[in-house]
Amino acid sequence: MNSDRSKFPPVIDGKAQFDLDSGKYLKVWQGPQHPGVTGNMALELIVSGDEIVDLTTHVGYLHRGFEKLMERRRYIQCFPIVCRICVPEPDTNEYLLAACAEELADIEIPEKAKWLRTLDLELSRLASFLMWIGGQGGAFGMGTVAQWAIAQRDFVLDLFEELTGGRIYHMYIIPGGVRDDLPSGWDKRLEDLLVKTEKLLKEIEIVLFNNVIFKMRANDLGVITPDMVDKYGIVGPNARAAGLARDIRKDEPYLIYDKLDFEVITRDYSDAYNRTYLRWQEMWQSIDLIRQIMANMPSSNDYHRNLPNVLNWKIPAGETYLKAESTRGEYGYYMVSDGSGYPRRVYVRGPSYTHAMVLLEHLAVNVNIADMAGLMVSLHTYPPEIER
Amino acid sequence: MQEIIKVLVEKYGIKPIHSRSESKVFITIEKEHLPDALSWLRDFAGFTHLAFITAVDYPEIEKIQITYLVHNHTIHSDLGLRVLLDRQNPEMISVHKLWYAVATYQRELREMFGINFPGSPRLEENFALEGWDDIPPMRRDFDTKEYSDKTYFPRPGRKTYDPREYMKQKLYPDHKEEK
Repeated sequence: MNSDRSKFPPVIDGKAQFDLDSGKYLKVWQGPQHPGVTGNMALELIVSGDEIVDLTTHVGYLHRGFEKLMERRRYIQCFPIVCRICVPEPDTNEYLLAACAEELADIEIPEKAKWLRTLDLELSRLASFLMWIGGQGGAFGMGTVAQWAIAQRDFVLDLFEELTGGRIYHMYIIPGGVRDDLPSGWDKRLEDLLVKTEKLLKEIEIVLFNNVIFKMRANDLGVITPDMVDKYGIVGPNARAAGLARDIRKDEPYLIYDKLDFEVITRDYSDAYNRTYLRWQEMWQSIDLIRQIMANMPSSNDYHRNLPNVLNWKIPAGETYLKAESTRGEYGYYMVSDGSGYPRRVYVRGPSYTHAMVLLEHLAVNVNIADMAGLMVSLHTYPPEIER
Repeated sequence: MQEIIKVLVEKYGIKPIHSRSESKVFITIEKEHLPDALSWLRDFAGFTHLAFITAVDYPEIEKIQITYLVHNHTIHSDLGLRVLLDRQNPEMISVHKLWYAVATYQRELREMFGINFPGSPRLEENFALEGWDDIPPMRRDFDTKEYSDKTYFPRPGRKTYDPREYMKQKLYPDHKEEK
C-alpha cells in the first residue's frame, strides 16, 4: 500500500473531499454485473491511481419485493418466497418463518423434527460455506479452489435433493415440523460426503492458506477492530474473528443446539485472511456437528405434528422476533400477525444489510481496486438480504 | 431485564408491555422519548447491538409503527421499542448518530413507507427503487397487482386463456358439455 498520502483528497467529517473535474480522481463502477460481486450490487468507486478513496454501495438490482408479496399470501404460501431471499442458504429463512408462526400460534413440534431441522440447517451452512470459499479463492485469482468447492457443494445438493426433493430451495421445514423423515441409506451417503469434504478441506488448506499470494493480499485487508463491532452492527464470523465469542447457537440455543458439544471459534485479528481461516474452521465444526446429530438422532418417526388444513390457518395476533446463526451471522425474522390468515408484516433482518453497506464503505478506503472483490467476499455479503 | 424495564417505565411512563419471554420484550414509547431511551439503553443498559429498524403500517387506526430492536450481549435479551406515528404525515426524530447503520435503515423507511427523518444523511437518495413516483410501496394501500397491470400489461400480441377452459380443450377436445 502506498504510504504517501499527499495525493489523496482531504477528509472532512469522515468523508473524502474530491473533485472529479480536477482529473486527479477517476470514478470506476464495479458491478452490478461483475463476477466478483457476490450478487447484483453496484460499487461506485472513486480511485486515485489504483487505490480507492471513496466507495458508495448501490443496491436495488435484486429487489423482488418479498416482504410485500408475503402480506398478500397465506402463511404456507410464503415458504416458496422466503427461501429465495438467500440462495446459498435458504433453510435459515424457512426455519425462521416456520418458527415465528409456531411461536405466535403456540405450536410445539416433535423432538425428532427439531433434530431434523438442526441437521438441515447445519448441512445448509456447510453448503453455503463451500460456495463462499470458492468465491473467496476466485476473488484472489485462485480458480482451482472455486472449482473444487463448487463441485463439492453439488454433492451436498444431491443429498438435499434426496432428502427434500429440491436442490437449491428445499422448503423442507414447514410449521409443525419437517416434511419427511430421512430416506433409507441416506446416513451412509452423508458420511461418505463428509469424509470427502474433510479431504477437500485439507487440500484447500494447502492450496489457499499456504499460498504466498493469498497471504500477501489477504493479510491486513479490511481490518475490523473489536470496538467497531457494535457501532457498525457487525455479526457472525466477521465479529468472531475480531475476538468476540458471539454465536447465537451458543448464546441463545434454539432447536437442539444446547445438546450438541461445540465451542465458539474466535480469532484475535479480523482481517480477510483470519476471517477466511475462521470460516474454514467453522466448516470443520459443521461437519462435526452433523456427525453428532446423526449419532444421537431419535429413532422415532414422529417428525411432524398434525395441523389443520393449511389454507384455513389463522395465526393469533402478536409480534415476535426470532433469530438463527447463519453462515454470515445473525439472521432474524420479525413477524407481526393481526389474527387473520395473512401475515401483517414479515421483516427479514439479513447480516449483509450492515456488512455490505456501511461497513464495506468504511473498509474499502485505501484498498487496491484489485483487492476490492476479495474484501467484499471476505465479509460474506449477499445483496438479496439487503433489499428483500 | 426486569430492572431495565422498570427503569424505563419509571423514566418514561410506558404502559403497554408485551413480554414474549423473559428475554424478549416489546414496549411502546412516546416519539419524543425514543432518542433518549435508545441512548440510555446503549450506553448504560448494555443494549449495544441494534438488530434492525423497521415499520408496520396500520391504515385502520391511521398509524405507522416503527420498531427499533436492540440486543444486549451480556444478558442475551432483545428489547423492541415501538413508536406510533401519524400516518398522514409520518415524521420521526433521526437517531443516525447512535449507530452507523441507522442512516441506511432510515433511507429505506423513507422510500418504502414514506416516513421522513429530518437531518438523516443521504435521505433523499434512492435505496432499492429508482425513479419511483407512486405511493410508497410498503404501505398497505399500495396494490401490487393493480400497479403491475398498469405498468406492464397488456403487452401487444399477448393472448391470455382461462386455464380451466384451456386445459379442458387441450385434453378433451371432443368433449361436449351436457345441456
